[in-house]
Amino acid sequence: MTLREVKEILDADIIVGEDQLDKEVQTAFSADLMSDVLAFATAGSLLLTGVTNPQVVRTSEILDIAAIIMVRGKRPSQETAQLALELRIPILSTKYILFETSGRLHARGIVGCIVKVGDRSDVRRDKV
Amino acid sequence: MSEETKYDGHFAVEGGNFRNAGQVSSRIKNILKDLGCDSDMVRRAAIVTYEAEINIVSYARKGLIHLRAKPDSVRIEISDEGPGIADIELAMQEGYSTASPIVREMGFGAGMGLANMKRFSDNFSITSRVNEGTQVVMQIDQVH
Ligand SMILES: Nc1ncnc2c1ncn2[C@@H]1O[C@H](COP(=O)(O)OP(=O)(O)O)[C@@H](O)[C@H]1O
Ligand SMILES: [Mg+2]
Repeated sequence: MTLREVKEILDADIIVGEDQLDKEVQTAFSADLMSDVLAFATAGSLLLTGVTNPQVVRTSEILDIAAIIMVRGKRPSQETAQLALELRIPILSTKYILFETSGRLHARGIVGCIVKVGDRSDVRRDKV
Repeated sequence: MSEETKYDGHFAVEGGNFRNAGQVSSRIKNILKDLGCDSDMVRRAAIVTYEAEINIVSYARKGLIHLRAKPDSVRIEISDEGPGIADIELAMQEGYSTASPIVREMGFGAGMGLANMKRFSDNFSITSRVNEGTQVVMQIDQVH
């Protein structure tokens, strides 16, 4: 699905990346711990998080995350939004809680970027 | 510099500079990408460098990242001046962390950094002297 559809499903505001709504996404990862994101998220995935500081953008840059969805009505700090603009990483903000955000996207076909940890599907060899 | 070395360079990282944390890793990722390195190798190199950079910023006074890229492997050597690590085995355990609230606010401090560095490296070694500093050497090989 496109980021535009994600925005509609989540009734989200686009904070950064109005020009990238045609981007296609199929997978997602939800976490507030950046080390977990680094360990498990895959390139091209959506990152669903409650973290709003610049490190969420840095982490997304390192992993080639397709877009950041800030949940629970959180919004990026100005510094975070500025960095996302520079690095061309879209940020959406939704009022839904993390559980609802994940569930609503999953119901519409977005799947986890890995399903379970520990079965070696978590040591990803995917493409940047 | 050996004949087959594609890149050899040093990057300084300032301890306590949370604002710029991750900048060097981002640069390193782009350098490797521009060299045409294998994408999985670039990704793993970027992840381990980023965790190492966060550790320098979080715990040390200053550090240096030495990046060497060969056609089918990347070597990343980290050395810092700082408190060092008294019990490396303990520090390596997932979940062990002495991170300050500011580090936790950034989404780090879950005690997974060193474990992640090891997990994504094909070769990982760490040495440390208390009150002097810490060295981490990581090698990432291309998967054929
Ligand atoms: N470069 C370093 N200098 C001093 N102590 C360090 C360094 N790197 C890691 N440590 C110590 O090891 C612990 C675990 O590190 P790490 O696995 O990266 O997890 P985290 O940074 O989330 O705490 C840290 O909390 C800290 O006590
Ligand atoms: Mg760490």
